[in-house]
Amino acid sequence: MSTSVNATLSSKIISTRTIYDFHGGIHPEEMKTLSNQTPIVQPPIPPQLVLSLQQHIGKPSQLIVELGQRVLKGQKLADADGMISVALHAPTSGIIDRIVDHPIAHPSGESGECIILIPDGKDEWCELEPCEHYEHLSVSKIQAKVREAGVAGMGGAGFPTEVKLHPPHHDKVATLILNAAECEPYITADDRLMRERAEEVVQGMEIMAYALQPGECIIGIEDNKPEAIAALREAAKETLIEVCVIPTKYPSGGEKQIIKILTDKEVPNGQIPADIGVMCQNVGTAAAIYRAVRFGEPLISRVTTLTGEGIQQPGNVEALIGTPIDWLLSQYGFQAKKTERLIMGGPMMGFTLKHIETPIVKTTNCILAPTHKDLPPPPPAQACIRCGLCADVCPAVLLPQQLYWFSRAQEYDKAEHHNLFDCIECGACSYVCPSSIPLVQYYRHAKGEIKQQKQDQLKSDQARERFEARQFRLEREQAEKDARRKARADVAAKAQASKKAAEAEKSVDTGTEIQTDAAPEDAADTKKAAIQAALERSKEKNQAKNTSEPEELIDLEALKTAWDKTQAKLDKMHDALDDAKANNPEQVEKLTRAVEKNQMRVNQAKKAWEKASTNLKVETETKTEQDSEAEKIDIEALATALVKAQSKLDKMQDALDNAQPEQVEKLTRAVEKNKTRVNQAKQAWEEASASQTAKIEKSTEIAADTMAQPDIKALESAIEKAQSKLGKMQDALENAQPEQVEKLTKAVEKNKVRVQTAENALKAANSISATNQNGEQ
Amino acid sequence: MSVIVTAILALLGLAAVFGALLGFASIRFKVEGNPIVDEIDSLLPQTQCGQCGHPGCRPYAESIADGGDINKCPPGGEATIQALAELLDVEATPLDSEHGEEIPKQVAIIREDECIGCTKCIQACPIDAILGSAKHMHTVIASECTGCDLCVEPCPVDCIDMIPVDQGLGAWHWQSPKDQKIIATDKMNLVTEGANLS
Repeated sequence: MSTSVNATLSSKIISTRTIYDFHGGIHPEEMKTLSNQTPIVQPPIPPQLVLSLQQHIGKPSQLIVELGQRVLKGQKLADADGMISVALHAPTSGIIDRIVDHPIAHPSGESGECIILIPDGKDEWCELEPCEHYEHLSVSKIQAKVREAGVAGMGGAGFPTEVKLHPPHHDKVATLILNAAECEPYITADDRLMRERAEEVVQGMEIMAYALQPGECIIGIEDNKPEAIAALREAAKETLIEVCVIPTKYPSGGEKQIIKILTDKEVPNGQIPADIGVMCQNVGTAAAIYRAVRFGEPLISRVTTLTGEGIQQPGNVEALIGTPIDWLLSQYGFQAKKTERLIMGGPMMGFTLKHIETPIVKTTNCILAPTHKDLPPPPPAQACIRCGLCADVCPAVLLPQQLYWFSRAQEYDKAEHHNLFDCIECGACSYVCPSSIPLVQYYRHAKGEIKQQKQDQLKSDQARERFEARQFRLEREQAEKDARRKARADVAAKAQASKKAAEAEKSVDTGTEIQTDAAPEDAADTKKAAIQAALERSKEKNQAKNTSEPEELIDLEALKTAWDKTQAKLDKMHDALDDAKANNPEQVEKLTRAVEKNQMRVNQAKKAWEKASTNLKVETETKTEQDSEAEKIDIEALATALVKAQSKLDKMQDALDNAQPEQVEKLTRAVEKNKTRVNQAKQAWEEASASQTAKIEKSTEIAADTMAQPDIKALESAIEKAQSKLGKMQDALENAQPEQVEKLTKAVEKNKVRVQTAENALKAANSISATNQNGEQ
Repeated sequence: MSVIVTAILALLGLAAVFGALLGFASIRFKVEGNPIVDEIDSLLPQTQCGQCGHPGCRPYAESIADGGDINKCPPGGEATIQALAELLDVEATPLDSEHGEEIPKQVAIIREDECIGCTKCIQACPIDAILGSAKHMHTVIASECTGCDLCVEPCPVDCIDMIPVDQGLGAWHWQSPKDQKIIATDKMNLVTEGANLS
């Protein structure tokens, strides 16, 4: 496969590539000869290894070993957690001693979770899976191997390499660049690696090319490394990889800068090189990929430059990942007294170590131990003199001075607007600043603040959303509660209304026109109805004032009907009297009196009607007589209703007696209903008659017993009837089917209760009539 | 004379036309609510803690929009005051200590074995960041907790602690460089950051 890729490139290798330039850049003293004169050495195994779970960009690895477990060299200790994460392996065989928080390689100097591995000195490899020919493997297998080997970008950022072996979804990779510029002063790790292991580097690049199938493969190397260039050219002779020598200028090793130099393409703001079809890898990463695929070796060591005047034997070492820096330096004559600080990385982009026991990680390319003379602490910052040198050297073509003002004044949005996030923090501006302003630190701080603010904003937006959702929920719950309450109230009101309507219907049935004057002694409901009736009357009255003619007629008519009704009642009473004469001699006297009274009332009604017809106006103004008339009518009407209801009840009871067993229940219910109606009618009648009695007592001193007596009589008959019904029911019960027995028993019990109540009512009526009679006497 | 009348009529006509236009625009393009309230609200930290004396961040935003003080939000601290001052073009005043001190970010933690499951804290939490039900253990969803400490007071068994948030390395960022002394004698006192190598 790779040969076919290389065949397509064959024409290009002959042509000399145009080298482009990037804006700005500086030429600091290189100081590379200090460490690149000696070959890479293999330090002894340290007494303990400190393996941080966070050696890369992305999520920390997930621990998969236990305390006290013996692990072999190359054995996996922690797994990659998600896509942007890499695995971690044991650099040598030994025992997992403890898992503790230990200072890690981070500018903050803070601690992170670390595995402490105590080597057993045997350096015993675990079983590896070598592969002679990577061409026989599928691309996904190679990606998996790289992922399993825990390879992360060794140039500085530590981005998981496997991710960069996937070609972009939408596009193929046009150019694969191997970044061998190593532009920072002092650092020679890549230089030595290329000199000594050029084969590994070139074959690693071929594996990457196999996975990515790029249009061209270029190794970009600065011209200050002639031996490395020669070695690479030799190694790449048989391949189509182009070794491209670029002029030495800091920071040509920056990803965006080397892309610009080799391809003249610029990575747009907010995008990554893959977006413009370029993939950039580090030399050390290529070698690691080769070892991972060819020998199955995970990334457990790396070439690190130990340099600076503070080290007696500067040079490059292949240090195991996790080697404590203090121990490592002590092996090469570290002079603590001569050095003021230790820098991890180069003098331009590295950071000062806060803890000397920090371990080597996968991205540690250099440990710099400069003396005071080498790298004096920066002089105090002075005011910006607006010389513009920083803008001249900025490789990202930014305006460092503006960014400085904005960052310093905490005007972060303006700094962002001036593309602060395109700053690669190369330090060129700080290097040239005549006022020694720590510009990069301002930018780093501003970037951190902006990121923090964005995070806070995100969180507060989330909190607001949750708060509003909660408010909405609470409101909804309240509304639902209110709705339920309202529904309950509505049902209650409806029930009340229907009750009232039933009462109103009843009074309509009985033809009642309840009078306001009679109300005080009545129950609350009747009162209400009376008030309503009064209102209606007053309305009518008002109407009458406007149009007197129809009112007169109505009034007259009403009086006439009242008269008629009274007359009808009188007739009925006469009938009753006749009846009584035949059947019930002791009641005759009472009835006779009642008839007489009724006769009187009829006469009164007649008189009233006559009076009304003669003198309408007077009649409407003096209501009293009519009131009494109406009352009488009322009582009579009620009595009629009562009688009617009674007769209906009787009929029903007969029906019940004759009914089929299956209809018994229904009829019983109907009978009960009717009974309640009878009771209600009776009550209404009683009330009406009582009020009438009181009134009559007050005004005319007419004996009230006439009123009470029919009442008592009626009650008595009701009781009799109820008792007879009860008897019948009991008979029915005896004859009933077993399944109906229960129901009937209940009905019988109910009837018993009713008989009881009727008897009570009778007693009450008797006492009333007694008082009335006393009053009369 | 007729010239004056014409001029007056013309001006009146113009006034009528533009008046109608403005009247139409004021109805057609009417902005619902007060947009400045939204802008202020988006600057507030949304802890809904009520330390400002208002029942939540939005009411405080409304009071600021009505001309209230901008220095009553302890969770937001100086940063919020600065942002508000810039937005409203008023002078940034120091935080009113009457409403509390600016403290590092906190998060509520329920000591779960002491929780009696009374749900009081759940009802108190303004952003539903506490999970649990009656007679079951409750717990705080730490990623949602704003550290408003409204849940601490209602707890009948005092099993809720407010602890500073451990933001880890992800939230770490470089400090702003300190203004250094440029007088020679002050340089002697310069403390270099870094490991003690000796």
